Order: sequence, then C-alpha cells, then structure tokens
Amino acid sequence: MSDEPTLRVTVTRQEPGEAPRDETFDVPYDDRTTVLDTLDWIKDHAAPALTYRSSCRMGVCGSCGVMVNGRPVLGCETSVAGYRTSGITVAPMTHATVQRDLAVDTDEFLAKLRGVNPWLLPAPAAPAAPEDDPAATVPATVDVLRVHAQTPGQVKAYQGLSQCIDCMLCYAACPVLDDVAGFTGPAAIATARRWDLDSRDEGNETRFPLLVENEEGVWPCIQVGACTRACPKGVDPARAIADYQREAMGG
Amino acid sequence: MRIEHADVVVVGGGAAGLSAALAAVETFAAAGRDDAVVALVSKVYPMRSHTVAAEGGAAGVVPGGADSAEAHVADTLRGGAGLSHDDAVRFVVDRAPAELARLERLGMPWSRTDDGRPAVRRFGGMTHPRTWFAADKTGFHLLHTLFQTSLREPAIRRYDEHVVLDLLVVDGACRGVVGYDQHHGETVTVLAPAVVLATGGYARAWGTSTNASIVTGDGLSMVLRAGLPLRDLEMVQVHPTCLPGSGILITEAARGEGGVLLDAAGERYLADYGLGPVTPVGAPEPRRMELGPRDQLSQAFWHADRAGRTIPTRDGGVVHLDLRHLGKAAIDERLPLVAGLARRYAGVDPVTTPIPVRPAAHYTMGGIVTTPQGRVLDARGAEVPGLFAAGECASTGLHGANRLGSNSLVETLVTGRAAGELAAAPSAGAFPDRAALDPARAAADRWLAMRGRGTEPPAAIRRELGAVLDAEVGIFRDATGLARAQATLDELNARYQEVRVADTAAVLNTDWAQAIELGAMLDLARGAVAAAIGRTESRGAHQRLDHPQTDDVARHSLAARGDDGAITITWQEPEP
Ligand SMILES: Cc1cc2nc3c(=O)[nH]c(=O)nc-3n(C[C@H](O)[C@H](O)[C@H](O)COP(=O)(O)OP(=O)(O)OC[C@H]3O[C@@H](n4cnc5c(N)ncnc54)[C@H](O)[C@@H]3O)c2cc1C
Ligand code: SF4
Ligand code: FES
Repeated sequence: MSDEPTLRVTVTRQEPGEAPRDETFDVPYDDRTTVLDTLDWIKDHAAPALTYRSSCRMGVCGSCGVMVNGRPVLGCETSVAGYRTSGITVAPMTHATVQRDLAVDTDEFLAKLRGVNPWLLPAPAAPAAPEDDPAATVPATVDVLRVHAQTPGQVKAYQGLSQCIDCMLCYAACPVLDDVAGFTGPAAIATARRWDLDSRDEGNETRFPLLVENEEGVWPCIQVGACTRACPKGVDPARAIADYQREAMGG
Repeated sequence: MRIEHADVVVVGGGAAGLSAALAAVETFAAAGRDDAVVALVSKVYPMRSHTVAAEGGAAGVVPGGADSAEAHVADTLRGGAGLSHDDAVRFVVDRAPAELARLERLGMPWSRTDDGRPAVRRFGGMTHPRTWFAADKTGFHLLHTLFQTSLREPAIRRYDEHVVLDLLVVDGACRGVVGYDQHHGETVTVLAPAVVLATGGYARAWGTSTNASIVTGDGLSMVLRAGLPLRDLEMVQVHPTCLPGSGILITEAARGEGGVLLDAAGERYLADYGLGPVTPVGAPEPRRMELGPRDQLSQAFWHADRAGRTIPTRDGGVVHLDLRHLGKAAIDERLPLVAGLARRYAGVDPVTTPIPVRPAAHYTMGGIVTTPQGRVLDARGAEVPGLFAAGECASTGLHGANRLGSNSLVETLVTGRAAGELAAAPSAGAFPDRAALDPARAAADRWLAMRGRGTEPPAAIRRELGAVLDAEVGIFRDATGLARAQATLDELNARYQEVRVADTAAVLNTDWAQAIELGAMLDLARGAVAAAIGRTESRGAHQRLDHPQTDDVARHSLAARGDDGAITITWQEPEP
C-alpha cells in the first residue's frame, strides 16, 4: 500500500543508563489516527522494543502522556491529522525520570499525591469514634446504609477537581519544576483541594499545613497557568494553588 | 529471583483487587495483626486498571422505596437465563446497598438528588431505577476513591507494574505467585498463605471490543495452567452501542436518560425485533425498546444489519443513537463523558447530531469457578486452599448466561470484600517451605526463555485472533463458523509456539509482556470456542442460529487444559 499517506514520526528513545537518541519512522495514517496509533504501528511493524504506556485508548486511564512537538498531551486523544506537514516528534514527559523510551517514573508523582492525604479525613480535633471512621469494619449496630447528605450544589463545588486522571501532563508543563524538583505540583494540590472542598471531608486542617508550611508546597508556584492549559480533563490546578496561597496570606 | 513474603497476595488493582486488599487490611487490624502485609500486585498502576472505563453505574436497591431485593434478584436471575445461582445472586444483591454506601462514606462522588441523597438511574434489564452513578464516569470515580483510600494504608505493599506469570501451587494449595518486576527487571516470588485473583476479564481478545488493551485474561490462563477449570467461557456479552472502529463504549445510561436508536430510515427499528411496543421519545420504560436486555438489542442490530437497515461505513453498518431531544444541558450534566467521546472519536456533537454506533465485545461472564464469597473450586467442586477470585475474572454464579449492566461494578465491591476477608482469616493457610521455590524458579525460567527467540510476529497473530472472534464468535454463532474459528485458533496457537519476542531487555520489556498476554487470550479464545461448539442450544449471550432452542436443563461448560495444552470441555448442571 505504497500510495497510503505517511507521517514522519520521530521518537526519542532511551535505554536505562544510556543517552537519548532520536529515531524516525514513516507511519501510515488517516483522519482518525492518533499519536498512540502511530506508536502502536511502529511497535508492530518496525521497532518491537519501543516502550510506552497505554491502556484504555479513550482518555480516562491516564497512561499515555507524552510530549508531542514539545507539548504534553495524551497520545490516545491527540489526532495526528493536524501535523500532516510538520510531522511529529514524540518524547517522554519532562520533569520525570525516564525509565525507558517514553515511559517515565510514576512513583515520584504518587509519593507527592500521597503526601497531601488524598482521602476522606475525619475532623482532627475529635478522634473518630469507631463508627465515624470510614475504614472501620462497620459494627452490626451501625447503620451500614448510612450515607452523608450532599446536595448537587455541594457536589459541584469539587466536581471539576475530582476529574484528575493522574496523567502528569501538568507536571510536564509546569516551568517551576525546572528549578524546584520537589514542588508538590499541580495535580497533587488540585486533589488536596478536591477533598478540602468536599462537604463530607474534615481534613482541611491536616492538609493546609502540609501545603503552606512546606516551602515545596504551594509557594513555588508563580501562577503561569501552564498546568491548567495542559490539563486534558479540564481540571484547574492553577486556581486550586492560587486559592491556597490566598488563604494562607489571610485573603 | 527475589523472594518476598506477604500475609495475603492480591493480584489486580481494579475495583475488585482494591476492595479485597482494603478488606484484608481491616480483617487483620480487627484481629490485632498489626504486622500483617497485604501485597497488591498489578501489571499497571492500580488507577490505570480497566475499572476506570466503566461509565454507567452500580446497582443496589435503595431502601424504603418501591424497589426490593426480591426484584433485583428476579431481574438478575432472568438475565442469567438458568445459569445464575440463587445463592450467589442473593449474596451480592443483599450486600450491594451497604457496599455502595460504604463507598459513599469513603468519599465517592455519587450523583445526587436535589435533597442530597444518592441518585439512581434506570438501566437495561432492571425493573426499577436502582443504578447508582457518578455522572457517566462511575468506574473512574469508584477506582480513584478506592485507590486514594488505599494510599493511606501502610499495610498495603504495592507491587506496581509487576506482571504475575503463574500461581505457586503446592500440594493442591495456593501459596503465592511468581511474577516479574518490570521496573527492576527481575523475577519475584511472593510467598503467602492466601492469594486473591482479581485480574479482570478477557474481552480484549475480540478485535472490536470496549475493553482496554490490558484486559487479556491473564489470571484465567494461570488458573487453567494450574489444572483448575474455567466455567462458561462462551458467555461473552456484546454491547449494542459502541463507536465504529475503536469499539469505545457509549454507555447504556445514554439510553436510560432517554436516548433512542434509529436505523438508516430514521425508524425506531427495535420495535420490529420483539422489543416493542414503541415507547415515546424521551420517556424510556424498563425492559422495553432501548432499555431492553443488551443481548436482544445486539441481536436486533444483527437482524437490521442483514436486512439492509443500517448505514454502511468503512467499519461496517451502523445505527444512530439520537440524544438530541435531551438538550445540551442534560447531555453536559448527566453524560459529559459520552459527549466528549462522541466529539473526539466519532467527530459528532450529540447535541446536534446522532452518534453512529454498532456492537462490540464487552464483558465476559465466565471465569474462575468460585463460591459466592470467592473461594476457588476445583473440577470436583472442592475448595482450593489458599486461592480466591473476585471481580470479572470470577464466575461466582451471579451473572449466569448474561450480565445485567451495573451488576458487575457492585460485584467487584461485594465479592472483592468477601474474598479479602476470607483470605485474611487465620484459617486461610500456611507458608510453604523453601522446596516450593524450585517450581517457582522453573516457571520463571520458562517465561524468560521466550525472549530473543521465535519467528512469528505477534501483531499478526493478535490481529487474526481478533478478526476470527469478531466474525464467528459474536452475537450469533453456528457450527460452520465455530468450526472455522476453531481451525484458525489451532493454527494461531501453533504459530504462537514460535512467537517472536525481539526485545531482550530486562526493564519494561513490553514486547515480552504483550506476548504473554497474547498467549492468555489464545487460551481463553480456544476455551470459548470449544465450549460454544459444545453448547448446542441458545441461552443468554450464546445464540446459535443452528440451535435456536433452549435446552430444558441448563448446564455449565467447564474448560480444562491438558498437559499437551489441549482444551477439553465437560458439562455440569448447576446445583439446585
Ligand atoms: C467500557 C466499559 C464500561 C463498563 N461499564 C460498567 C458499568 O457501568 N457498570 C458495571 O457494573 N460494569 C461496567 N463494566 C464492567 C466493569 O467495569 C468490570 O467488570 C469491572 O470493572 C472489572 O473490575 P475488576 O477489578 O474485576 O478488573 P479490572 O478493573 O479489569 O482490573 C484488573 C486488574 O488486574 C491486573 N492484572 C491483570 N493481569 C495481571 C497480571 N498478569 N499480573 C498482574 N496484574 C494483573 C490489572 O493490572 C488490573 O489492575 C464496564 C466495562 C467496560 C469495559
Ligand atoms: S490535573 Fe489534569 S493534567 Fe494534571 S494529572 Fe490531573 S488530569 Fe492530568
Ligand atoms: S490510553 Fe488511557 S488515557 Fe490514553
């Protein structure tokens, strides 16, 4: 099928402990082909060792983040049609350690996420009675059907922030991470905010010091807004960070 | 080979695996076992598991209304078409509301009624609205709620991006798993008195599928290799409304909210295929028209397609799912994911244009034979000490010959929890002695030997596998097509023995990992076809053009793998 149109796809490859190198492939495509499809084609037809992550192919699992021509995107959501003439260069996400080719370390991000206590917290002052601890096996005397009341409006308060798929594109986009590698970063702070804005959660006093009494918490952010622009799920981490900064300054 | 110990190993980080791990932690804590370790082993980071893609919701009777557990049981049994077990159905239905409430207490963002209670929606095959939902991203929120909760448990030791290769079975009891650490590039054996398999289904074997690339039946294939049976592998649910080409699911909730299906002439064609009488547009009724059982909707599509009533495209015939009358506000509020998927992957805005849809393989009812609580059973029905299974990989007797939408997410919670509790019970079992490590080493060596050898390109085998299953093992089957499928699978399996694994790297060798997944899919496909050939009747998801009748006596198929790799099928009546 030599008359099929092809796209120039350059992939930055890197073996553990070696220097990165670029390889270029001519990949057949049509109006529906995504960046991820081109990687699959290369793996199936030209370079079986090419390493990258993917799973759902529908923009919800957060596996397939890569840089395309310098911009962080989800490979499975990014059509190549717009790159017909320029071709694409696919590189691993920045601000993360490359494990192999396009696969980058995820543990560092998960450690930052864990650091903000991203789960429903009871009020710190009153140590939880057993039946208030959501983790406890609910004793027979407690109503196992008990639920919090929460109005649609109260859901809306955190709904946007709860859309985070942990794809790390915002970390790749964030210029602050060039200088402050330990910065808690956009997604983790957005997720902290998601819980703080949840009417059922009482953890604000636990999370707040983690973010504001920590110089790598919310303070490194200089409000460039690159995270919010990069986010494929409409999460607004920049706003979440700004809100914490304002609250910390008594605003 | 690295050797580690845990008190429970959970394989799988989806909703079933996370539920099992959390329940095991609680069980140990309640018993004062502060030192207990729950190993959570997953080939992807848990939040990437395919549970993340579930859209529509999870079923649980809301107490105090017109609905009842009896009605939920009856609906589920009707869907199961004689192969569901009363006790398994009861077990899940009775515990469903409490598990959904537990998730609420963990922070799950369920959609709400105006007065602040969790809202429920209608779902196909359910006589009452009882499907709890979080917009149309129920699985995503469920998975992230469970995963984030698991982060707070120091007793859970995660083994992310570790591929489990085989179960370690010693004297008929499961005593751990043999796996491979993709980050450090080394084999790992985790010894434990109990193992919970929560590895998901195998519907990715089909070429057109709603399932992610990781849903390859690995756990089921391990169980076959361990000499244990798999039940009802031929029962594969085909979802009627998926995007052409990609197979991306457009959830049934779109029809529950009032979406209608139209043929090329704009007719509500379902009425002509036994799903009528026509309901008014925007006023869906349970079990009729667009909310009829999934299999009947898929069958109606098949007939309409053959009658020339579909719209031809490069990916085959399509019909239209029309949501326009719902209006932009309702679509954005209740179906934001669907709207985004249609815009991005089908190029249509459902507010102004109907969505083209066609059927795709979706859910595998069959699996590892277990009790309702997730204890794995052998071919004689005896419990296998130390081995448990939960979620889509298990066949507990809940779904029978066909699953009702929104029954499976809740199953992952209920059975996952039950299996986790049992696995953490003191009686679960003992650690094996070091002699058990010899077979572990032998297994690891066998798998590693696949690297850097072979001649048959895996991509071609994978493509041909998907194509033959799509063509012959779909909505309707017959003897000729199934024989063709069997011949093709035999040939593919022979080629697979020489599968090419070019990559010899130790770290993140996905060429090798995908070859292993391909082997699992071939095992499951061969089992499904063998059972489909033997099932000379039509029941639930298994419809034979040449055997349209339903036998008076319902029987389960049991697939087993011989030492030579051949799959044999035996038949078993469900216990009364
Ligand atoms: C698109 C879609 C929409 C759906 N919508 C609904 C719905 O609305 N309602 C509903 O009730 N059901 C729905 N379902 C079905 C439901 O989502 C699944 O049945 C359920 O999520 C399965 O969960 P699980 O935990 O059993 O498996 P999964 O979530 O698939 O997780 C399997 C886990 O096992 C791990 N694993 C597998 N093999 C290995 C190995 N070899 N080594 C290590 N780890 C391994 C994986 O890494 C993963 O963590 C839907 C399914 C699909 C595909
Ligand atoms: S905030 Fe957005 S970009 Fe950042 S990890 Fe979450 S989904 Fe990805
Ligand atoms: S493959 Fe899941 S987000 Fe792209």
